[in-house]
Amino acid sequence: MSNTPDSESRATGARLTSATLSPAERPSLQKRWSLTTLKEQCIRLVLFCCALLSVATTAGIILVLFSETLLFFSQVSVLSFFGDTVWQPQSQDNPRFGIWPLACGTFLVAGIAGLIGMPLGLLSALYLSEYASERSRSYLKPTLEVLAGIPSIVYGYFALVFLTPYVLQPIFMNALGFEVGGFNVLSAGIVVGIMIVPTISSLSEDVLRSVPRGLREAGLALGSTKFDVSVRIVLPAALSGIMAAFLLALSRAVGETMAVTIAAGSQPDLSLNVLRSIETMTAYIVMVSLGEAAAGSIEYRSLYVVAMSLFLITLVMNIIARFILRRYRNVYQ
Amino acid sequence: MLPSLSQVIAEKKAGQPPTHGQGAMSHGTPDTSQPKIETRHLNFYYGQRQALFDISIQVPQRNVTALIGPSGCGKSTFLRTLNRMNDIVDGARVEGLVQLDGTDIYRPNIDVVSLRKRVGMVFQKSNPFPKSVFDNVAFGPRIAGLTDRKKLGEIVESCLKRAALWEEVSHRLKDSALALSGGQQQRLCIARALATDPEVLLMDEPASALDPASTARVEDLIFELRRNYTIVIVTHNMQQAARVSEFTAFFFQGRLIEMDRTDQLFTKPKEKETEDYITGRFG
Ligand SMILES: Nc1ncnc2c1ncn2[C@@H]1O[C@H](COP(=O)(O)OP(=O)(O)O)[C@@H](O)[C@H]1O
Ligand SMILES: [Mg+2]
Repeated sequence: MSNTPDSESRATGARLTSATLSPAERPSLQKRWSLTTLKEQCIRLVLFCCALLSVATTAGIILVLFSETLLFFSQVSVLSFFGDTVWQPQSQDNPRFGIWPLACGTFLVAGIAGLIGMPLGLLSALYLSEYASERSRSYLKPTLEVLAGIPSIVYGYFALVFLTPYVLQPIFMNALGFEVGGFNVLSAGIVVGIMIVPTISSLSEDVLRSVPRGLREAGLALGSTKFDVSVRIVLPAALSGIMAAFLLALSRAVGETMAVTIAAGSQPDLSLNVLRSIETMTAYIVMVSLGEAAAGSIEYRSLYVVAMSLFLITLVMNIIARFILRRYRNVYQ
Repeated sequence: MLPSLSQVIAEKKAGQPPTHGQGAMSHGTPDTSQPKIETRHLNFYYGQRQALFDISIQVPQRNVTALIGPSGCGKSTFLRTLNRMNDIVDGARVEGLVQLDGTDIYRPNIDVVSLRKRVGMVFQKSNPFPKSVFDNVAFGPRIAGLTDRKKLGEIVESCLKRAALWEEVSHRLKDSALALSGGQQQRLCIARALATDPEVLLMDEPASALDPASTARVEDLIFELRRNYTIVIVTHNMQQAARVSEFTAFFFQGRLIEMDRTDQLFTKPKEKETEDYITGRFG
């Protein structure tokens, strides 16, 4: 703050900074209505509308899901939805709506995907964060992330025209003598497992790298090998974050649509045989959407109830995962 | 007011008469008959940048040797060449000789893992594992293959006792180490380092993040340990060096300026840089 008296500054007449001006001459701080402020207001409004639109869309979707689900349950009892083990909504004389065949298909695919994707993703994350040099990391990481950019229909096609006829059938049918369908759960699970590797590895790697360097040094200074440090210090310290990564990836596997529709087919059977065709919840939604179910019919509404179930399952998994991640972050700031 | 250095030295002499003026130790130069650690013409580089220049030093057995010097002069770097912790730094390079009991530790056939078991380290920022107190101390013995719970328990107890922490944590061995106070965490790290039964303990400013009371406890502990271990401690606190060490080495701009008995170095330094530093003219 300048304490120069006004008279003095006028006498020198040289420095006309606002600090040396008399109060009346200083630029007013009062808000004025100008073009700039108008522009600011407009931008603000547009951005707000965009945000509102996406929130409103989500709300709208949930509302529709919810109301159609309610209408569905006015025609089909909740008990038979959860109690029946047969899903045959198209049947004219005896339509049945037991969710378990679809749920079983979904969880089988997600389970196989998890069995394949979790170890692969975690090990590659461990390699990237603990073993790879900066140089190889800078090549490997983007390459791995390209996997995430491949459209899922490509994976489905890959399962159908390569994995099943050239890998699974030779092994399980020709060598071991099991029946392997052209559509089967295993091929779908495998490709979905590969699809979720980038999700798991990139999330887990972030978590692993956030384990403080000091802990690694402490381990090494105690005479640990790199492997000891990775497995006994870094992994346990990052465990909850890795669990969260697994959950997020599994919820992706549950929601995966194209690859499983193509590779696993549309046979809603309640069966644990992974060499046969099943139908997942997502594949059912695809099928009904492509068909000609009349709006308002029970078949049409069954689509919403399946979508609602799917939405709830993935929502819960996501919420738990994010909750774990947030808590994990708090441990190491 | 901090006590002056000569005051600290005088008090230490008065308080610990038996430890001074004996045998080879009495004539005012380091006991070089059987150095635990010896470096000769040690140069160290971070990539292109040289951080240590031609360091030749002899660290005596079962004594506390303090490394002092202004920030950035290479004390930590030097300390970390002694257990090869610098190996994990990308682009780090060592020239010259570093010997532990006469063995060159940078020879190609040296097992770094066993080297680090013999040369323990305590870091500036205490870094307990996010595990229980017990598991922290038992970590070293466990990776060495010990699984017998009874033996582990004995080791944990004796190390915590030697680290002067047993009284405070004996009833909460299963609690997370992260729940301990800062000073307790640092003593836990010392106990953890002791559990691998090292011969040398490297300490990099072990008390710099601690409050005065915890610092005093850690200093007492170092003093207690000095007859059973060869301790090399980095400190930027000259009073601390004067209190805990028998020998002091002064580093400046990556060079070893001089090393002498602590009382000598602080009262009659031979080099002008040392005198300037200890009288507070720079750094
Ligand atoms: N990992 C590293 N990479 C590059 N330069 C480093 C690294 N660690 C330390 N240095 C540099 O080496 C010099 C000595 O550092 P350091 O040994 O930490 O000093 P001190 O412990 O005495 O404060 C400093 O100039 C520092 O910037
Ligand atoms: Mg340092």
